[in-house]
Amino acid sequence: MTTDIIKPENLVYAKPALLNDTTMHYCPGCSHGVVHKLIAEVIADMGMEEKTVGVSPVGCAVFAYRYIDIDWQEAPHGRAPALAVGIKRLWPNRLVFTYQGDGDLACIGTAETLHALNRGDNITIIYVNNAIYGMTGGQMSATTLLEQPTATCPTGRTPELHGYPIDITNLAVQLEGTCFVSRQSVETVAAINKAKRAIRKAFEASMEGKGSSLVEIVSTCSSGWKMSPVAANKWMQENMFDHYKKGDLKDRTKE
Amino acid sequence: MNKMKGAVVINTNRCKGCSLCVVACPYSVLELARKKVNASGYAYAQATNAEACVGCAACGTVCPDGCITVYRMKVEEK
Amino acid sequence: MAEREVRLMKGNEAIAHAAVRAGIDGYFGYPITPQSEVIETLAQLRPWETTGMVVLQAESEVASINMLYGGGGSGKRVMTSSSSPGVALMQEGISYMAGAEIPGLIVNVQRGGPGLGTIQPSQGDYFQSTRGGGNGDYNVIVLAPNSVQEMADFVDLGMNLAFKYRNPAMILSDGVIGQMMEKVVLPPMKPRRTEEEIIKECPWASTGHTKNREPNVITSLELRPELMEVKNKALQAKYEEIRNNEVRFETLHTDDAEYMFVAFGSAARVAEKAVELAREEGLRVGLFRPITLWPFPEKQLASLSKDKKGLLVVEMNAGQMVQDVRLAVDGSLPVAHFGRQGGIVPEPEEIVKALKEKLQ
Repeated sequence: MTTDIIKPENLVYAKPALLNDTTMHYCPGCSHGVVHKLIAEVIADMGMEEKTVGVSPVGCAVFAYRYIDIDWQEAPHGRAPALAVGIKRLWPNRLVFTYQGDGDLACIGTAETLHALNRGDNITIIYVNNAIYGMTGGQMSATTLLEQPTATCPTGRTPELHGYPIDITNLAVQLEGTCFVSRQSVETVAAINKAKRAIRKAFEASMEGKGSSLVEIVSTCSSGWKMSPVAANKWMQENMFDHYKKGDLKDRTKE
Repeated sequence: MNKMKGAVVINTNRCKGCSLCVVACPYSVLELARKKVNASGYAYAQATNAEACVGCAACGTVCPDGCITVYRMKVEEK
Repeated sequence: MAEREVRLMKGNEAIAHAAVRAGIDGYFGYPITPQSEVIETLAQLRPWETTGMVVLQAESEVASINMLYGGGGSGKRVMTSSSSPGVALMQEGISYMAGAEIPGLIVNVQRGGPGLGTIQPSQGDYFQSTRGGGNGDYNVIVLAPNSVQEMADFVDLGMNLAFKYRNPAMILSDGVIGQMMEKVVLPPMKPRRTEEEIIKECPWASTGHTKNREPNVITSLELRPELMEVKNKALQAKYEEIRNNEVRFETLHTDDAEYMFVAFGSAARVAEKAVELAREEGLRVGLFRPITLWPFPEKQLASLSKDKKGLLVVEMNAGQMVQDVRLAVDGSLPVAHFGRQGGIVPEPEEIVKALKEKLQ
């Protein structure tokens, strides 16, 4: 039966063409893989395969350039938006985006991030927020939730010792230079479809010169959180979404 | 009456056994392999209940590693 | 503007004019004394309306240098300027550019340190500039102008060297050269390269992945030690090539000299006057002026020092280039140092006095 179905004309889903065959180094169930797929799909959907430059961060996604077959630059920690601005200002007809985690964007790179967004540079920032430093082994980040345990706050984050979780995406809404600010997630089919639409809208706004866009993907880090991928998704739904509320927080792309 | 029938092809070498596809499948088509692992040591996903597949592609969509290819066709119920 | 033009202007202004004329694609900078005239002049020249050159005031020197990294990584001729504390902030980006082999030009109009120090001129960043400055084994090509004319000329030269070797290059100037006004012959206009020319000339650049090649990845990262060592060795081989090919220096009255001053940049201007004073007193003194501080003209200095009685290294710092001079001559003759610090420019008379006290 199944052999009759497996024919090219019946194909409904496959790994995106721009995502190459290199096995990704991410842990099982990591949200990065889904976000990579969405970016690869949107670039191809827009026909921008030959006109795109991505900027990868320092953190787990440092090797994003190994998996999506476009031109890339790998930035110093937190500086991806500055690189993207340099590229985009000099190549205005290119699609330029950064791919950054919460350690990179919300901690060490806040200045570069907020100023690039505020200037309205025509770039898109893809911000994968899993509230922890994944690559270095699960330390607290600026977006770690209160009471959430990490390697550097083993009994949970407390405001007295560590301050409060920072919400960069809400800050980005306030900046005049941003045209599209959205917070999404990728744990269900419905959420993934919404996230893909947000990335598409952001990339299109970049190419139409409407200003800067920020798409936050609230994500899991099953290794850092010390949970199974399935449990991590559940924990994210029950805890992260209360603090990091999903939706299109700002959309001036139609103006 | 027409009915949708689906089929999945899983790249078991690439699969990391995260089981997100198993959970996402509405028809319980997939399971992780028991007592079998791939070259990387992961218990990979496999379609143990393939007849139930309708080709909705939920498994492929949620798979972080792009391991799953999904096919679908209309078949006539006899 | 298409022709050579003789003007009277500050060194900082000459940098800006030369940048537009050299077909620079982008300038990214942040204000800091004593070099803010560079970006101010560019803002007045409005080159984005003529050549299409991008001029952007960044939020910090950290951002400026990373805009350079991005722009240079995409094959564009990009530059920044700053002064000592700002260039200290740029070291991370410069290290990444060196590691990823990205061209770009950094102008440092030095002021005194450490820390916030003083806004007065200094040569205290010699070590920082010639030793790499950031983390890891690398070198930056360092040009030291001693006139407003050289400020203008070294923009195109520095950028060309940066692209020839795919390496950051630096103009190491100071507050004297940046602020003083002199006659300068501005170079003729050179057109910016077209996008097609850049893609052809920079096949390594991240300009968008076309099907006729593999994706280009600009990165300094390599986690496999055996491959990282290969990369490190390739960088060192490139630096050796630069050492062999790109040394630049100038001499004055060295043929009959018994003693030589060794000085660069603004200190060399004062030392030139000191040569004159010394010769009036009957002291046969010459001047050796390194123009490239890295690569340092070590062989040339050693060769010219053979029949001399001693070298006096004159610097506006506590003694930095003197170390390279000592390494170059390797104990074959006495080497002394005379330096002023704190933003003070030495007087020619005190240089001659120091020569007599330290070497005679």
